[in-house]
Amino acid sequence: MAQTNYSDIFKNPLSLNNPITVQVLGICSALAVTVELQPAIVMAISVTVVTAFSNLIISLMRNTIPSRIRIIVQLVVVASLVILVDQILKAFMYNLDKALSVYIGLIITNCIVMGRLEAFALGNKPVPALLDGIANGAGYGIILVIVAFVRELLGSGSLFGFKVIPQALYDLGYSNCGIMLNPPMALILIGIVIWIQRSKMKELQEK
Amino acid sequence: MESLNLFIKSIFIDNMIFATFLGMCSYLAVSKTVKTSVGLGAAVIFVLLITVPVNYLLENYILKEGALSWLGDGYAEVDLSFLSFILFIAVIAAIVQLVEMIVEKFAPALYGQLGIFLPLIAVNCAIMGASLFMQQKEFETIGDSFVYALGSGIGWFIAIVLIAAIREKISYSNVPAPLKGVGIAFIVCGLMAIAFMSFMGIKLD
Repeated sequence: MAQTNYSDIFKNPLSLNNPITVQVLGICSALAVTVELQPAIVMAISVTVVTAFSNLIISLMRNTIPSRIRIIVQLVVVASLVILVDQILKAFMYNLDKALSVYIGLIITNCIVMGRLEAFALGNKPVPALLDGIANGAGYGIILVIVAFVRELLGSGSLFGFKVIPQALYDLGYSNCGIMLNPPMALILIGIVIWIQRSKMKELQEK
Repeated sequence: MESLNLFIKSIFIDNMIFATFLGMCSYLAVSKTVKTSVGLGAAVIFVLLITVPVNYLLENYILKEGALSWLGDGYAEVDLSFLSFILFIAVIAAIVQLVEMIVEKFAPALYGQLGIFLPLIAVNCAIMGASLFMQQKEFETIGDSFVYALGSGIGWFIAIVLIAAIREKISYSNVPAPLKGVGIAFIVCGLMAIAFMSFMGIKLD
């Protein structure tokens, strides 16, 4: 890469190279935390922070890490950051930390983090690496928020825990779609998001 | 009977893919043919069976609050549980490396089949997730943790072989162009998860 193009680094992960819908990485947590908007947003922020800072740290150390043991070094850096995030959540948002349960710990093995470290941070300067981490975290967050928005709105008739569907509608016979709260719908919704994105961007379609 | 119940529950009801979405990344990436998915599934069962009991021992004799009391009274109140993430992942990475070397030395035929999948497994969320769920469920004996690992592993194996078989067939079907590949895999997987929901509520007594 002769010329580092900052706007490309930032824009690509949001659409053309989205970590979830195009690279198909980090699905595990994406699906499990999207029953409601609030945990989804907290999860998105946590992943963004971890990706950004692990990218920055690994990029700073990239010339000193022997390539044979790089995976272990990366895991240790990521795990330390995740412990920090987990302790902060435990201290300030205990209920939310309980709701996210094991999925905070699973950020360590989130393929987005490892994937960006391997593909970008090991070969680039710290500032672009930091930006790349933030952008990929944001690309991940967008999908999380879309899926959580649909699931919470249709599943419980609320957004951020506040009722948004008026009582009058329920009186007319409308009822919440309970299956939206179950795990399978997360899979199907992501399938639909991919479908919409790929019919808009023809170059992403598989042969 | 308790153990049998746990076994059945971890295969069907708490299925790693359909109920908790653990290991989705490799699940979608490797499930294109039945043959490779059998290899990856077997490797997952194998690694789970070793890492979950080892992490169980670590959790109960080193990390948990009061777990260090075997060292003396002065250690009875030490709580190291904040270290569990880093210790678990280190154990998993080390064991995967070790298993790879042992299998290569003593069972070259097995290595030929599992070989390429073993390094992938160190960063498979299913392995780390099983250890974290083990920590959360607070099993009473190491036997239970072993049964849980076996059940989850088999559940993962079943899920990946099933979807691989379906994807092999789908490649001959006329799927709308934007849905081809990953898109349809997600939707099929969602439908399978709905089918697995019918196991909910099964309890052996």
